[in-house]
Amino acid sequence: MAHPLEKYLRAGKLPHIWCAGCGHGIVTQAILRAVDELQLDTEKTVVVSGIGCSSRAPGYLHFDTLHTTHGRAIPFATGIKMANPELRVIVVTGDGDAAAIGGNHLIHAARRNIDLTVICFNNTIYGMTSGQYSPVTPGGSFASTAPYGMVEPSFDLCTLVAGAGGTFVARGTTYHARPLTNIIKEAIKHEGFSFVEALSQCPTYYGRRNKLRAPLDMLYWYRDHAVGVSQWEKLTDDEKAGKFPIGVLKKVEHAPEFSRVYSELIARARERSEA
Amino acid sequence: MANEQRLAAMTGNEAVAHALRQIDPDVIAAYPITPQTDIVQYYSQFVSDGLVKTEMVTVESEHSAMSATIGASAAGARAMTATSSQGLALMWEMLHIASGYRLPIVMPVVNRALSGPINIHCDHSDTMGALTTGWIQIYAESAQEAYDNAIQAVRIAEDPRVLLPTMVCDDGFITSHGIENVSLLPDEVVKGFVGEYKPSKFLLNISDPVTVGPLVLPDYYTELKFQQAEAMKAAKQVILEVAEEYAKISGRKYGLFEEYKMDDAERVVVVLSSAAGTAKAVVNQLRAKGEKVGLLKPRVLRPFPAEELVAALSGAKAVAVMDRAETFSTQGGQLFTELRAAFYDAPKRPLMRGYVFGLGGRDTTVREIGKVFEDLRGDLERGSVSEKYTHLDVRV
Ligand SMILES: Cc1ncc(C[n+]2csc(CCOP(=O)(O)OP(=O)(O)O)c2C)c(N)n1
Repeated sequence: MAHPLEKYLRAGKLPHIWCAGCGHGIVTQAILRAVDELQLDTEKTVVVSGIGCSSRAPGYLHFDTLHTTHGRAIPFATGIKMANPELRVIVVTGDGDAAAIGGNHLIHAARRNIDLTVICFNNTIYGMTSGQYSPVTPGGSFASTAPYGMVEPSFDLCTLVAGAGGTFVARGTTYHARPLTNIIKEAIKHEGFSFVEALSQCPTYYGRRNKLRAPLDMLYWYRDHAVGVSQWEKLTDDEKAGKFPIGVLKKVEHAPEFSRVYSELIARARERSEA
Repeated sequence: MANEQRLAAMTGNEAVAHALRQIDPDVIAAYPITPQTDIVQYYSQFVSDGLVKTEMVTVESEHSAMSATIGASAAGARAMTATSSQGLALMWEMLHIASGYRLPIVMPVVNRALSGPINIHCDHSDTMGALTTGWIQIYAESAQEAYDNAIQAVRIAEDPRVLLPTMVCDDGFITSHGIENVSLLPDEVVKGFVGEYKPSKFLLNISDPVTVGPLVLPDYYTELKFQQAEAMKAAKQVILEVAEEYAKISGRKYGLFEEYKMDDAERVVVVLSSAAGTAKAVVNQLRAKGEKVGLLKPRVLRPFPAEELVAALSGAKAVAVMDRAETFSTQGGQLFTELRAAFYDAPKRPLMRGYVFGLGGRDTTVREIGKVFEDLRGDLERGSVSEKYTHLDVRV
């Protein structure tokens, strides 16, 4: 019997490259469930990615997909959206791809409020190149380039994107797979720049170095440290220490969306020149 | 001296990392990319273990890696980075800044095909694209050569007659990840050889303030580029001098290129880097049958040793130049076209044909190179080249 999501996959491209226990498959599945539940027209949906383990996901997806270069998925996606605003454009990226080499593009797309859905598979490490620290690697944790612990402060990606002007910002984890699907659904439906940080375990390069050897250890870590956003707001600062909120963290509706604003501008300019 | 060397089995990347450890530069800034990654990976371990004094700067892209290296070098530090493929492409803007500022940065480049589509395996499209950036380029056939070149590059780049940044290239995966026996020089010998870096002008010298990279308009820009071109000419002699000195400490001899069984060779293959190893095996097989074949392996592409190559090939009757990158000029690979141009003024020109081969890591075996020598035989019999430039082992 075929898996109900199989129609969204390029079966010939499987098996995938992800290590045993990697969370990226769970996030990919959450995306596909969201697409399925929303009954998105796959003919009008484009999935764009950069480079990294996470960015390999679109290679397995039976959509129009564009595998670009490291860090640049968002500008490619911006071009697609501006050329054809009818298309729904989903960007699949990693924490390094989105926040290190491509960090500039992330904040500018958020600032413009262009209608892209960016799903960042955040394993807090450069997975593909074997575990160097990224701008979101937590302070004190170990990476191949931080054998004595990470000393740089890290980004909180959701705060970064919200601060830059993104109008939909949410966080989920691979432990909370069902809520992650719901968040992604909401993000896709949102008109404007939507950003989902999906925490995804990397047992191979993060877990093994950080006393979270087994994939399940990392999933349980998400379970024990994530707090639903409504509950989060009731916590004192002391209670918040060491924990993080999940769910929809920012949602601004009816903010001017860039591709629309731009079309209106063109219409106005045309009117004026014809007048 | 030579017998104090330590023979160890290691990958090309590890060998280069050891060269860097022995050089112990003041600053290394880097960003990971396959197949270069573990050069810096090993190095960060050396830093963490206190084996070197280097300040290691892990940045957020190669553009920043080269920028940080340039900053450090301009400040008076011996500064290095390493990269591959897309990383080198992303550095493009900064490559010109490094050479234009006359900063003697040494950078190992592990050759990998450029996207798109993305490919992680070896070809030379990355460094061939950087031939006009004002960097010296030196290529290695093996892990041993990659190690030896990295050490020599420091002396070449920093020579006051040169002061140009230098890329030392080896083949992705084939050399970078293959394990070979490598002779490592004792640490103190390398330290003595590279010496201390003493820049004559640098930003942190408060008693002699300088400015680096200010606006230059039509008044002086031409002179600056002329000086860079002159420095590149001077580099040829410096490369030979450094090689001679290096032979004294290592017993290993280097030149602008290597000639293999060239003495009476009528048919010659010219090819860079690891494929030269395969070509040597073919030459041996054919020599065993009494055929007059040889190999010429360029080591230095910038500066391009045009006159020396022409002299070395003057006895050949038919030459095949193999390029591991397309130029899309429709006239063949870079090495092929440059070598043909070099022969323009030569009194005697061999038949010459070009091949583009081994793209995106496609394996080139003794069979393919055997076919190249066969093609040359056909050309010789015919007295003309059957096809000026072709792709080796391609489905059309
Ligand atoms: C310009 C450039 N620099 C470096 C690389 C090498 N590279 C590929 S993926 C990657 C990091 C991926 O990390 P992340 O975005 O966090 O995704 P993950 O693999 O962890 O899913 C790097 C550095 C590249 N492909 N291109």
